[in-house]
Amino acid sequence: MAISGAALVLFLLAHMIGNLKIFFGADAFDHYAHWLRDIGAPMLPHSGFLWIQRVGLLVALVLHIWSAAVLTIRARKARPVKYAHRKPVQGSYAARTMRWGGVIVFLFVVYHILDLTTRHLNPVADTSKAHAAVAADFGPDRWYVTAFYTLAVVTLGFHLRHGIWSALQTLGVSNARRERVLKAVAFAVAFVICAGFLAVPFAVLTGLVK
Amino acid sequence: MSLKLRIWRQADARDKGSMVTYQLQNVSPDMSFLEMLDVLNERLTLDGEDPVAFDHDCREGICGMCSLVINGVPHGPEKATTTCQLHMRHFSDGETIDIEPWRAAAFPVVKDLVVDRRAFDKIIQAGGFISAPTGSAPDAHAAPVPKADADAAFEAATCIGCGACVAACPNGSGMLFTAAKITHLGLLPQGQPERDTRVIDMLHAHDEAGFGGCTNTGECTSVCPKGIPLETISRLNKDYRKALHAAS
Amino acid sequence: MTDYYSLGDPVADTKAPDGPIETRWERRRFGAKLVNPANKRKLSVIVVGTGLAGGSAAATLGELGYQVKSYCYQDSPRRAHSIAAQGGINAAKNYRNDGDSVHRLFYDTVKGGDFRSRESNVHRLAQISVQIIDQCVAQGVPFAREYGGLLDTRSFGGAQVSRTFYARGQTGQQLLLGAYQALERQIAAGTVTMHDRHEMLELIIVDGRARGIVVRDLVTGEITTEFADAVVLASGGYGNVFFLSTNAKGCNVTASWRAHRKGALFANPCYTQIHPTCIPVSGDHQSKLTLMSESLRNDGRVWVPKAKGDTRIPADIPEDERDYYLERIYPAFGNLVPRDIASRAAKNVCDEGRGVGPGGLGVYLDFAAAIGRLGRDAVEAKYGNLFDMYQRITGEDPYTTPMRIYPAVHYTMGGLWVDYDLQSSIPGLFVIGEANFSDHGANRLGASALMQGLADGYFVLPNTIGDYLAAGPFPKLDGENAEVAAARKQVEDRIEKLLSIDGDRTVDSFHRELGRIMWEYCGMERTDAGLRKAISEIRELKAEFWQRVKVPGDGEGLNQSLERAGRVADFFELAELMCIDALHREESCGGHFRAESQTEDGEAQRDDERYSYVAAWEFTGDAPVLHKEDLTFEYVHPSQRSYK
Repeated sequence: MAISGAALVLFLLAHMIGNLKIFFGADAFDHYAHWLRDIGAPMLPHSGFLWIQRVGLLVALVLHIWSAAVLTIRARKARPVKYAHRKPVQGSYAARTMRWGGVIVFLFVVYHILDLTTRHLNPVADTSKAHAAVAADFGPDRWYVTAFYTLAVVTLGFHLRHGIWSALQTLGVSNARRERVLKAVAFAVAFVICAGFLAVPFAVLTGLVK
Repeated sequence: MSLKLRIWRQADARDKGSMVTYQLQNVSPDMSFLEMLDVLNERLTLDGEDPVAFDHDCREGICGMCSLVINGVPHGPEKATTTCQLHMRHFSDGETIDIEPWRAAAFPVVKDLVVDRRAFDKIIQAGGFISAPTGSAPDAHAAPVPKADADAAFEAATCIGCGACVAACPNGSGMLFTAAKITHLGLLPQGQPERDTRVIDMLHAHDEAGFGGCTNTGECTSVCPKGIPLETISRLNKDYRKALHAAS
Repeated sequence: MTDYYSLGDPVADTKAPDGPIETRWERRRFGAKLVNPANKRKLSVIVVGTGLAGGSAAATLGELGYQVKSYCYQDSPRRAHSIAAQGGINAAKNYRNDGDSVHRLFYDTVKGGDFRSRESNVHRLAQISVQIIDQCVAQGVPFAREYGGLLDTRSFGGAQVSRTFYARGQTGQQLLLGAYQALERQIAAGTVTMHDRHEMLELIIVDGRARGIVVRDLVTGEITTEFADAVVLASGGYGNVFFLSTNAKGCNVTASWRAHRKGALFANPCYTQIHPTCIPVSGDHQSKLTLMSESLRNDGRVWVPKAKGDTRIPADIPEDERDYYLERIYPAFGNLVPRDIASRAAKNVCDEGRGVGPGGLGVYLDFAAAIGRLGRDAVEAKYGNLFDMYQRITGEDPYTTPMRIYPAVHYTMGGLWVDYDLQSSIPGLFVIGEANFSDHGANRLGASALMQGLADGYFVLPNTIGDYLAAGPFPKLDGENAEVAAARKQVEDRIEKLLSIDGDRTVDSFHRELGRIMWEYCGMERTDAGLRKAISEIRELKAEFWQRVKVPGDGEGLNQSLERAGRVADFFELAELMCIDALHREESCGGHFRAESQTEDGEAQRDDERYSYVAAWEFTGDAPVLHKEDLTFEYVHPSQRSYK
């Protein structure tokens, strides 16, 4: 759970930083998108690195979901009879929304790939025009896309806030002295990723990026 | 004060069980929660009904026997307080109070609010000790222990084994209990020789007993009557990682 | 007087060797027969109770290779009431270089026991005390330590040397968990089988030897007979005869009393320790009393209003209208007088009508002076957890208003009679810990109960039981044996009887009433007339119990009312014996204060001429028979205690 999660977090950071290229203009952004496909050339074929990365991500994702499923099944088995009176949360909301939050994020990722990778759900079908696709996607007329995107990213933020801290705890990095700092780091990373991802659609929405 | 109590009644391990409602008058705010149940049981007895079975013994917050989930919270609304030390002044007149047993597969209900917690003993049997047969000990001052380590070991060792952590955990995990013992023994020089095998064996026993996995939700520590901190679980994980590394 | 009991032959404990006291234990161990390791596997021992004594004994016997069966009524051996001991454990380590020694601990304990204990036993206890600390540290008991990493000690209960080792206010918990973990290790190793939620209801004696017990599985209600080559009782004290005490709710005398009924002598039942600093009763619903550590008296000042019936809040009572009675009566020791003296002084002022709080049964323990002198933070650092506990229970803030305290029954020095080997008057029945009578005389010193429990369980019993077991294994038994079947039938009949009465009073209502009688007449102060009255009231109440008690449910399955009914039935019989013992002992000593026997200024007056003996009582079904064991003092010469 912790290790696969860590791989996914690293990807998210890279992805988020890449996204911010959009603020350097359409050319810069499209150039970045092309560059991604040329990494490793000429040793690797076109998009070779991307495919390696995709396979890696898929493995991490499968492991992550598999671990989550195992934990969920164990949890169900460990409490066969539910409480009649369940006060929901004593600890933290982020921690208690991991499972449903994970499902929401997963559904979003599926949509997101169909939208901005394969373009099945995007008005701009030409996969070489990354900037145009983004600009079209988050236009004011498609506000619902932005809304869903926002919901997913905020959910992801919660997921990360607990997930990063929990991973550090699972790896045994935390202790009493570090606990507060690590929780703050987890929050900061979650916040930055959240803000970074949200910056793009809102920039499009407000006309900052055209 | 008068109260409406909804209490889990279950005749024995096989019975399905259900919540049953009782009205109770003339409850004094100075009563402890268990004394309030004593009053109910006296009445039920005289009315020819079966009194409510619940576990309790020392009634001073240290034996770990009392184990009620009160309005959804193990040991009730007061922080760092066992059920036996919870007093009725924290409830209000006319209130409805739901009382349930610990809910966990590893803690099957015996009757009403009484559960079987021997799974915890099994975890200790797997390695929650230091092998020091009687008579084999060197002088107590042979191995000094830094005060900070001794104090931290003590903090972890204050666990009363009540099982509230399991009752509160959405995963039904017994990790806080296990980690408290790992931390206690792992911080002392006497605990070092068995440190690696201890964590592996105890975790194995924990999983074997049917407890769920830990996802660090922190529900356990928030209801722990002794305030065992979540960092003990991190310690356990670190020990486990090192033990696996050493084993490979 | 003599219609209450008759006088039998004296008993003598001949197991302790004569000669220099320092080497008696060593010589006894050398004189004891050994069991060869291969034979140990063929020998079985039943241990009832899993507190400090029972837990440590079962673990150690398991390590030695015996087959051990351990029983407790709780859901886990870790819950035994030793866990609630707060203060600490004494040991003559002399780590402080403050003049402590085995001999001084021995001397203090004999004197503290008001010269009513055996010198040989107490000396052995003091010798073993040092090994206990080593053993516990090796097990990982997290004792308090100093910055240098060495063990910290404090002076406790008026001792003039600093010999008490402690783990915050939870020493009992930590020591018990040490013993519990050692026990669980043996359970995992297969040398000990654990039977939790099982209650011993009868002793099985075959051919004059203790050979087993009849137990009830508290979950299924099943009655079974369990056999072994020896039986060890470690079932604790009987303070719950008073209903309200600092004992756990489940603590009971049944195991001991069943053995007593089968012939084991019961020694000094009237010796009861009443602890001065407990939280007072708040109402009729009260189910137990909570101890506040004795250490509070180091900084708290005890007082009551000078005027009777003064109902003003403490803050409104001016300084010159307060009576700091301990400081007034005992200027040398002040608030730090021993437990029995502090308790009786509190009772006296309350009897005068100057008590405070509900019912006038309480005195103030005031920290205003300490907070003024040391500052609130310092007081909080020292006593914060105790103050929190007080506030949790009473809802009052002890930082701003004085605590209210009152004495409560805490420990029973009496118990089944045992010889130097800790064997009772029934061959093969050993009794350890609070359940026996051996080491504390008429009064136990603070931090000595933990020491005795662990000394008995880790070091004494495992050495002495071998001398008995060397004659084993004894013939195999089964349920067909007439004596076994009879014991089993006794249990079944009694349960059936309790369930069939179907009266109109609950078990608790009887227990409460019995407790009130005992507290009133056999509590802090006893008189001839009061004890006679108590005996007649107990007999009446007992008769009523067997007519009117209502025990709901049946014997199949968990029935907590039935468990309590059996225990209360035994408390009735014990209560009567306690009163007879208190009546016959026309002297005051330690925890036993007879109003007729006091000095001019109201202090306990011993009568060594007539009462320097252990009173060991034999059960007959009618008037008990008194067997005296004379006490001789070769090393510590009896003197009058004075704390003025």
